[in-house]
Amino acid sequence: MFNAAEMSEIPLTSSVSKGCFVFKSASKKRKRHVGVEVLPSLHQLNKKVLDSLAEFIKKHGLGCSSDNWRQRARETPTAALMLGVNVPDHAMTFRSLCNLLQDSVTPFVVSVHAKECAAVKLLIQKVLEQLMGRGVSVDEEQEDDTALLQRTQCTISALCQWYKTVTKSLPVVVIFKDFEAFNSQVLQDFILICSRYTQELPFIFIFGIATSPSAIQHRLPHSVSSLLCIEVFHSLSRTQHLASVFDKLILNSQFPFKLSSRVIQVLVGIFLYHDFSVQNFVKGLQFSMLEHFKSQPLSMLCCQKQEALLSAKTLSKKNVERIRHLPSFMRYVETQEPQEQVQLLTNDEHVKVTLLFHNKLHVSCIEKNLWETEEYDSALQLLRILAKDELVAALRKCAEILKSTKILQNVLQQLEDFIGRLEALEGVSSEDSSGNGIISGKMEYQRTDLFQLQKTLLEKESRRTKRMNPYEVLRSQVIEFIDSLVREYLTPAELQPLNEVCYYSSSGVLRQRLNVTPRTSIQAALSHPFYYLQNESLKTDAGTISSAAPDLCIVYKLHLECGRLINLYDWLEAFLTVMSAAEDQDTNSEECGKYDSLKHARFIQAVSEMEFLGFIKSTKQKTDHVARLTWGGC
Amino acid sequence: MKIHICLTGIKTIILDCNNISQYSVFLINSALMNRRDIMSAVNPDQYSYPSVFIYGHRATGKSHVVLSIMKDLELPHASVDCVECVSSGLLFHQVLSAFFGPDAAALLPRCPSLSDFVRLYKQMSSNSPATQTRYIILDRAERMRDMDFSLLPALLRLQELVNDNVTVILLSEIVWEKFRPNTGCFEPLLFHFPDYSKGKSLVQILSWDHHPSYTPELYASYINILLGVFFSVCRDLRELRHLAVLNFSKFCEPLEKGEAKESDIHKLWKNIEPHLQRAMQTVYLREVSSVQWEQQQMDEKEATTLRVLSAHAHIELPYYSKFLLIAAYLASFNPARTDRRFFLKSHGKIRKTNFLKKHEKTSNHLLGPKPFPLDRLMAIFYSVVDSRVAPTASVFSQISSLVTLQLLSQVGHDDQLDSPKYKCSVSLDFILAISRCVCVCVRLLDLLALSLVIQSQVVRQERSLFTAVSNLHLL
Repeated sequence: MFNAAEMSEIPLTSSVSKGCFVFKSASKKRKRHVGVEVLPSLHQLNKKVLDSLAEFIKKHGLGCSSDNWRQRARETPTAALMLGVNVPDHAMTFRSLCNLLQDSVTPFVVSVHAKECAAVKLLIQKVLEQLMGRGVSVDEEQEDDTALLQRTQCTISALCQWYKTVTKSLPVVVIFKDFEAFNSQVLQDFILICSRYTQELPFIFIFGIATSPSAIQHRLPHSVSSLLCIEVFHSLSRTQHLASVFDKLILNSQFPFKLSSRVIQVLVGIFLYHDFSVQNFVKGLQFSMLEHFKSQPLSMLCCQKQEALLSAKTLSKKNVERIRHLPSFMRYVETQEPQEQVQLLTNDEHVKVTLLFHNKLHVSCIEKNLWETEEYDSALQLLRILAKDELVAALRKCAEILKSTKILQNVLQQLEDFIGRLEALEGVSSEDSSGNGIISGKMEYQRTDLFQLQKTLLEKESRRTKRMNPYEVLRSQVIEFIDSLVREYLTPAELQPLNEVCYYSSSGVLRQRLNVTPRTSIQAALSHPFYYLQNESLKTDAGTISSAAPDLCIVYKLHLECGRLINLYDWLEAFLTVMSAAEDQDTNSEECGKYDSLKHARFIQAVSEMEFLGFIKSTKQKTDHVARLTWGGC
Repeated sequence: MKIHICLTGIKTIILDCNNISQYSVFLINSALMNRRDIMSAVNPDQYSYPSVFIYGHRATGKSHVVLSIMKDLELPHASVDCVECVSSGLLFHQVLSAFFGPDAAALLPRCPSLSDFVRLYKQMSSNSPATQTRYIILDRAERMRDMDFSLLPALLRLQELVNDNVTVILLSEIVWEKFRPNTGCFEPLLFHFPDYSKGKSLVQILSWDHHPSYTPELYASYINILLGVFFSVCRDLRELRHLAVLNFSKFCEPLEKGEAKESDIHKLWKNIEPHLQRAMQTVYLREVSSVQWEQQQMDEKEATTLRVLSAHAHIELPYYSKFLLIAAYLASFNPARTDRRFFLKSHGKIRKTNFLKKHEKTSNHLLGPKPFPLDRLMAIFYSVVDSRVAPTASVFSQISSLVTLQLLSQVGHDDQLDSPKYKCSVSLDFILAISRCVCVCVRLLDLLALSLVIQSQVVRQERSLFTAVSNLHLL
């Protein structure tokens, strides 16, 4: 993940304009920060399931010899590791699993990929290579042996021989990274072969499964699955995973770079709608950060408070001017006194001073929960129906956060007051609920008469609406208080002055970059060549076909007017007409004939390029026609 | 001592066997009471029959008997499992190294042909002529049919080819008729290992595993109870043995607690029967691993029901993947002709009476999913999904990831770029579950209902058929 970001940075920084040159180091540092922050966090999340897996393998590795009867049944211990459909994230999980196993359990860990194992032979070869190759690198003397083995046979029995020479009774772990993609016949054969050698070679399998455990039963018949002793391990669900990344990176005050709500929407949308991949999400985050530092020169102020203050003091004239042009700053200026306005607009020093002040204010704003503004309504709804203990717990958490930030002390006071009152209420409310229980108990006895039952139910309903219990009253008070608090302090980030420094908001660019539409960009390139080539002569009106455009564009535009089958000769004629429109009207027919073969060649080349791009293909229905492959025909 | 044994009308072999008593002990020990026939084919002194074909169901003791005889008589033999032989070269290698040592096998060229093998075998056997018959035992011989087509006929008359006293024994679960090549070949000697009968052999064999701290009678009655439950679904000796060991501790529980005596068979039966029924649904189908099963017995909490494998059928998919899968399902099971009616708002009037053609009414579910082109999938996808979706690269990449997850399958070659075709390979239940969690728009539900209403009746039929077939299979 980190490497990819590093690589993408090289062309970006080299193309950055001079003005941004200064900030390169800062952006680099920030980005590294993201990499460092996320990697351990992802590792931590999977740690639990990986540890339990390692425990499983240890247990079976040791228990192998003592469990006599199970050897007779020839069951191979197997862990089915549920990873979810976010395939891009799997590689990292497997890497850390491999490392963990090799460090703590057994050096004999093999991981295979379905792509490399189209046949049993290849699978066995892969296993042997990884196992025995490792043995050679450790011990020089064995090299001759293994060379001999590799020359002669590529079988599990050869592996058995090798295992005996190693004389460490540790299990051999085979990880099937993408279980679904394996050919089921290959898997069956491999399991059958391995089960023949369980006495000599303690195999343990790990199936990396993306869909569901029933995939095992779909792939393997009973005769094979009866050779396995399968246990299921679940990794963390993707949404939980994303939530923790959110906590670590976006809702973190340590981290000055922020995303605007629309950008977050784009990133979360890609996550939920397309791939469920946390890794891609983090990449998107890194990309938006690069983009921010590249496109916004004032992003140099987006760093830790101390550094920001320092760099604010040394702002150049040009940058101060840039600040003045920020829309949020202009809005701020308008709200100030007229004299102050003049000062702000003329005096550089003054701007700097106010800047310092605002920087402080801004940082303090960020420290609170930004996310709440967006999800505010739904959160309030949720609060309204919360049970009491949950509410108390939530309020406690709030109080703790406020304690740590050391601002808004009066709010803290009020909150604690509420908690106290809620706790005092405990006795009362429990009594109340028991009263309710008695009523419902009584009703059970009266069930004989349906009509009466209905009536009592209605009565009960009305009573409930009339009399709110004290807890409910208090709860509504709490909610009102929180509502007012939020309205007072948590103004939307876009309205804060100087938000452009820390907030990356160009969601359009991000969407364009991360969620690409190759088809539309090809179509744009072909129908509006000016868009990419930036050549003035290519500027045309919407409907017309310019003869100055590249041949391919002309051919493309002409083919849009045809049906499903295109007559090549008609197409050529139309192409020639467009070409000749550019030449002088009075050129005689002889000259036209002279260039004909050249134009013909150009046409044929353009048509073959169209075929290469996948717009047309040759058809057997009519020999002098080609078929359109895109919609819009007929 | 001479024993005359009649062999399926082919010929009578007089077996001269000096240490027959040792055999009978061995045979009883290895729990193979009616397997004596096989010995008659094993004649160490003269040129024996070139090839023997032994067939019978799984775990009827084929390999065990043959290998035990080989070991017991110390006969020269090469035992090869055909699953392991990914190429015929491996088979040759194993045979040669078993008979003449690894040095001989190393003489084989890189990709040995059958004639290489025969040549080398001849050369080696002339150096060390056979004092007694050599045996090549090929387990899971049905795999030979997938190998080189000339291999099987050649092995059947290997004796002639190499001019040595060698017999090839083929072990298989399939009858010989399925092996015989079109062009005809040497007919091997056929042996059948019948299934163990319930009354006699199974109880007898399983009772040999009895626990030292309990009487053999108790164990035998336990085995009887076990067979009463499992015999209708499973006759695999190995599986039954596995199950017997797994559940015995539960059977003995009342005895250990002192709640019952060994003679209270009925009480013991009442205790174990529901437990065994549960085992049949879980541990026998490998829904629960044997270790988990044992753990549960030890914990002794009936309330903690183990989460079985097939209980996690739900798959979490990205939003658009769900719609793509639904679209694929609709494309696979609806005739393309009806798309206009189902997915276009102004489809015009189609008379209901002959809307579907006769053969289309038969059920698309019995016929299975039909392939559809990518264009059709995308067209249905766009009409099904409730918002406007740009044809982004990630939407297309989701199709290919659905293919790797085997929820869709690609028809034809993988490298087909022009117009790839797909099939939907998930069940109706799966699609219904997905559409239930995705369907906010009523129209889609309607659509599904419309297209499924024709099929639902058939699905019901199909299900009953399916259970009937699976029952048949088990019997």
